Order: sequence, then structure tokens, then C-alpha cells
Amino acid sequence: MSEKEDKEMFASGHRMCAGCGEGIAMRTILNEAGPNTIATVATGCLEVTTTAYPQTSWEIPLIHSAFENAASVASGIEVALKQMDKKGETNIMSFAGDGGTFDIGFQALSGMFERKHNVTHICLDNEAYMNTGIQRCSSTPYGASTTTSPAGKFSIGEDRPKKPLARISAAHDIPYVATATIAHIKDLKKKVRKALDADGPALVHVFAPCPTGWRHASNDSVELARLAVETGVFVLWEAEDGEICDLNITHKPKERKPVGEYLKKQRRFAHLTEEHIEKIQKEIDEKCEQYGF
Amino acid sequence: MGEQKGLTIQGNMATALGAKLCRPDVIPAYPITPSTLFPEKISEYIADGELDASMIRVESEHSAMSACIGASSIGARTCTASASQGIALMHEMLFIASGMRLPIVMAVGNRALSAPINIWADHQDTIASRDSGWLQFYAEKNQEGLDLMILAFKIAEDERVLLPAMVGIDGFVLTHTVEGVKVPAQEDVDEFLPPYEPPHGKLDPKEPMTFGSLGTPEYYQELKYDQVEAMDKSPEVIDEIFEEFEKEFGREYNRITPYKCDDAEIILLTMGSMTGTARAAVDEMREDGEKVGLAKLTVFRPFPGDLLKEIAGDAKGLAVVDRNISPGFGGAVFAESAGIFINEKKKPLMKNFIVGLGGREIFKKNFKEMYKKTKKSVEKGSVDKMVEWINMDEKVMR
Amino acid sequence: MTKVKITIGGINKDAGSSKEYKTGGWRTMKPEVDVEKCIQCLKCFDYCPDGAVKKTDDAIEFDLDYCKGCGICAKECPVKAIVMKVEEK
Repeated sequence: MSEKEDKEMFASGHRMCAGCGEGIAMRTILNEAGPNTIATVATGCLEVTTTAYPQTSWEIPLIHSAFENAASVASGIEVALKQMDKKGETNIMSFAGDGGTFDIGFQALSGMFERKHNVTHICLDNEAYMNTGIQRCSSTPYGASTTTSPAGKFSIGEDRPKKPLARISAAHDIPYVATATIAHIKDLKKKVRKALDADGPALVHVFAPCPTGWRHASNDSVELARLAVETGVFVLWEAEDGEICDLNITHKPKERKPVGEYLKKQRRFAHLTEEHIEKIQKEIDEKCEQYGF
Repeated sequence: MGEQKGLTIQGNMATALGAKLCRPDVIPAYPITPSTLFPEKISEYIADGELDASMIRVESEHSAMSACIGASSIGARTCTASASQGIALMHEMLFIASGMRLPIVMAVGNRALSAPINIWADHQDTIASRDSGWLQFYAEKNQEGLDLMILAFKIAEDERVLLPAMVGIDGFVLTHTVEGVKVPAQEDVDEFLPPYEPPHGKLDPKEPMTFGSLGTPEYYQELKYDQVEAMDKSPEVIDEIFEEFEKEFGREYNRITPYKCDDAEIILLTMGSMTGTARAAVDEMREDGEKVGLAKLTVFRPFPGDLLKEIAGDAKGLAVVDRNISPGFGGAVFAESAGIFINEKKKPLMKNFIVGLGGREIFKKNFKEMYKKTKKSVEKGSVDKMVEWINMDEKVMR
Repeated sequence: MTKVKITIGGINKDAGSSKEYKTGGWRTMKPEVDVEKCIQCLKCFDYCPDGAVKKTDDAIEFDLDYCKGCGICAKECPVKAIVMKVEEK
């Protein structure tokens, strides 16, 4: 714990599952942001596990209203604070899961980016609608079995690749976009800090494994986030001032591990054959080439 | 009291001017016919330095209401404008605004809902949000639109109420129609409506609070009861503030305003701009010796059942005129009026007339027809057809 | 749990009050630290989803009121100073 973080901004006693990646992300992010922060949160795991009345895990002011509008509510707060003569030292953050960012919350997010509100949006990505019971989302990767993209005789599970949310966000020409994981804590802190310090909208897309939805051992959450990066499944980068053609890869694995190491630890991929895994490997190789490694 | 300047303006300008006099801090808005002139006027006021406020030109009505909620939660005086599909799109957020007790004010250009798409006057949009926990005011004319905006802020922000409020002016009939209005002086409105300081809490890092908690079955029902109780107790506050307004600005407002009802055997109950036409019809029928009266509903939520009983309890017939329809039953004003009388021994026979949907004209002769039909039922002592549609074009009916 | 009086709009003015909700009872496995081995790198602190790792003068300790027994700390400890043991109840 660094000196300034003598008080945890994300209190214990939340009802997240054992080993939840979001718990790690939230502690790191809120401790980095500090007490002078106002947050909005979308409906989802984070909200239901932390705000059951009359308890709250939030040590900062928080408003939850609906699923698709964390960024719009934050827009209202940001403008109101500016209008009402506040000095602009308060961080405004919006939090949403992948459903609340990639899918239902995307319009609100795009609007917030376009209007250039000084808001940092955090997307906690566990690659499916976990709060409602592991349904497929546009964040769900190819081959994952979910309750609405189940693997079966005629189905490989999810049959579409993951939507490139962070790159789409960067295409809004906003000051800061980054990807991060719960395994790379220093990197996550640095990126959150940069996002908060940016003069305008920012997005930090945080990869946060979910033992319940991915069906992996609860002690594997950090390891899986690390493996996602080491295998090239998830690429750590940042783009400043809309420099989407010149992404800064913030962590390049020295030698990429085979994707099977990552997939085989998760039962959502248990149905995949060696052939499938080869196909996924090929796609990752192509993607990594695009990213320049 | 300062002088009230006379202006001749469209209804949207009247509600925008009313809002401006209330010195809102934040106005998130999304354009939609027929209320678009409201955000346009507010933008002009800001651009010309006449209003120190911030517009948020959001990407949808859902985000408009979401941004209103965000702004209001930090204690900003917040308003917006919308209509029809826009109100339908923000439907979800309406319930959340009232549940969190945020006194947001919305100017509405009342308009029909699709399909078929239709941009003209109709109360379906706000009636469909009847259960959202918002106070609902309906204006007969532009002056009322202007005044009701000021009244809506004052009532909504009262710590005994703390509920959002919408002010409806009929699409085109009022929104785009030029009428003379008297504009209260800014200093008088400032005195009438002091700056908003939320008495129940706000988002502030100095004193962190959580808004929008998960309400488990252990608490949800009590939290809802508390919210509904605020609505149930609001008539007293509304009456008090209407009276204060009259003293200050000289114009009388009532939750329901009776017209020639004292000896009336049959009363027409109307809402919105149709009331002017109904009044003229009542005058003509009175000249012909008919004992007819008119009751104008200004406040639909909370429903002024107490006043309706006083006004119409002794009448023989009540003709409830609805510019909305709940398919499978009838008009909303009718359903509520009927409900109010359910336990009364003495009550009028009631008929419901559906009129003016999607901008269909409503003429004096239509009100006379409604009166005659109701009179016939009264004479017969029973109602054959409870809900009737008026001014239908039989030629196009299939 | 003792119930509280409701507030207007359900606004919760008791920041951080989830600490009253003890999640330690969820646990089936319990972490134990070997103080001698601990190098105080605080990876276990960083990676604890439940804020259940506390720094002490010479090592760390677990706040068993909140530890859900996920085992991330034991897995991530670079010097294997933490072991998970079956919770005895």
C-alpha cells in the first residue's frame, strides 16, 4: 500500500464472488483515484454487490441509475460541477461492465466521448452478462460457451470475435484510451492516473476474469489475466490524443505462450478441439502481427 | 412587485421563458417535434448571455434524462424538454428520477405516440408516464405554460414534495401558436423561487453518499411508500404555492378549476388546450338554457379527486373528455374520475369521450354532442356505451 | 442484520458501511502466512479482491472477517509464504 492510500476507497464486505477480478480492479482504481472523486455506475455485478441498501462499499459519492447510461449520468455531473463554479479538481468517473459499455451503454459512452466531457470511463470486462447469468455479449470471445451461446453438437459456442471496444473508443479522438488487466497492477494504476489527468474523456478497458462465468478456479483469476496478455489474447496498449495509428504497446510478451495454456484453464472453452484451438491461435497470431509483435 | 411585461409568443417560447426565469443550472436536451423550440430558445439565452447555465446537447432523450439525474444529484437546478417518442425513450429514467427524489422539471409539447408516426397534439405521451411518479401539470394556454414552469420548480423542490414535475402544453395548438403572455419580473421570480439546495442529500466528495442503492425486499416497499406518500401529501403544498403565486403574480391556479358548475346538472371534464373550446361551447349552451358546467384539470398527478368530488359530486352527469386512450379500457382521466367516486353514494353518471387523438380538431359542436349524449344517459338513468370516440370520419372507417 | 430507518430517496449516507457485512463466513479454505518467509512484497495485498490483507510490521495478516478464501494470495505469493488450509468450522 502506498502512503497516500492509507484508507481503502472500496470497502470490504461487498458481495462479489470469491476470486472476482472486479474486486481487484475496483480496489486498485478507487485507491488510485482517491477521495476527491464522484462516480456513476451502471447496473450489473459491481452495482448489485456493492450497494445493497442500507450498505455501500463506496467511500466516494456514487450514483447508480440504470444499465445503459453511466456515461450520460457522468456527463450531467461533470457539466453541473463546472457550471456551479467548482474548481474542476474532482475526478468524475463512470463504471460499467462489458455489457454496459460494449452493448447497451455504447451510445451513451460515444456521446460522452464526442461531447468531450472530462470523464474517465472504466470498463470492467468479464466477457459476458455475468450478473444475469453468463449470457453472450459483444465482448464474448470466439469459442466461449455461454448460456445464450452454448456449445453443442451444432455450435462452437460464441461464433463471433470480440468487439474491439478500446480501438473504437480511440477512434473518437479522445485524449486517452488504454487497456489494462487485474494482473498488471502498476500498469493499471498508471493508466488510471493518466486517464484522470487527461483533459477530456478517457477510457480504461480493464480485463477482469470471472471465476463464476468462465468456470475457472477462484485462485486463477490473476493468473488468467496474466496469461491473456502472455498469449496475446489481450493486448496491453494505450493511445494518447487519438493516436490510433500509433498505439503504444505497454507490455510486449517476450515470447508468446500458446493460447491453449489460457483456454484450457477455463471450462467455458472445455469443448474446444485441438483444431478449434489451432484456429484461435492463428487468429491471435494475425492480430499480434497487426499490433506489431 | 415588478411590472409584468407583455409579450406575444409561441407556447414553447413561453415554457422556455418560464424556465429561464427560474435560473436553471443545467439543461440537457434532445430535439424533438413539437418541443424543439424550447432547447433552441434556451441555447439562445445562453449564447446571448441572458442565462448563466449549461446546455448538454445529448445524443438521445434517454441520455437527456440521465444527464438531468446526474446534474440534479449534485444539487443543480435542472430541466429539459421533450415529447412523444422522446418521453417514451426516457420512460425508464422517469421512474428513477422520482425514486431518487430529484426535482427535475420537464417542459412537454404533448404529442401522439407512434405507430403511425404523428407529430400532433395528443396526451398519450405523458399519460403513458402517469405511473412514473412525476407531478403532471397541463396548460390550457401559453400563459399557463409559462406560469406552470415556475410553479413546477417551486412545488417540485419543496422539501415536503421533492418529486420531478412535467408541464404539458399541447403540440402545435400551443407549442407553435402565438398568444399574449405576461412575463413576471426576474426579481419577483427570484424571490418566489430561491436557489435550490437539496435538503435530502447530494453527491459531494466532502460527504460521500450512495444514490440509487439496490433496494432489497426488506426495504423496497417502505422506500416506495415514502415516495408515494410525498405525492399523496403534495396537494396541500400545491394549493399553498398556487395561492402564493396568485398573491405575488395575480393569476389564479387550481388543481381543478370549475366553470359555471354551481347549478350544473352535467359537467364536462377537460384537460389542456381543448378547454378553451369547451368553455365557449358551455357559454353557448348556457345561453340556450342548458344546465352545463366545465371543470378544467390542471394537475393530473396527483389526481385531484377531492376537488372533483366537490365540483361534480352533486351533478347528474359527468362527461370525461380524454385526449388519450388506454386500449382495453378507455381514457385515463375517465378511469381515475370513476375510481374517485367508487365509494360515494351520491355520484354522477359518467361517460367517457375520446377526442383529438393525433391532432384531430375538437370543435364546439363536439362538446355539445358530448353534452347531449351524457344528458340522454342521465334522462334514461343508465349508460349504454361507456366510452365513445368523437369526431370520427365514418367515410374512412373500414 | 439490524434494520435501519429509511432515508428520502433511499440515499445512503453511510459510506463504506458494507464493512458491517462479514463475508468471512463464505470461506471453505483459509489462508495462513508463514511470517518467516514473507518478504512484504504486498502482491497479496494488491491482488486481494476483498481488501482482506493487512500489512503488519514484519509481514502481513488476514482479516478473516472478509476473506472469502479464493486463494489468489497463496497462488500469487512469489515466495510461497501463504498456504490455503481447509477451514474448520
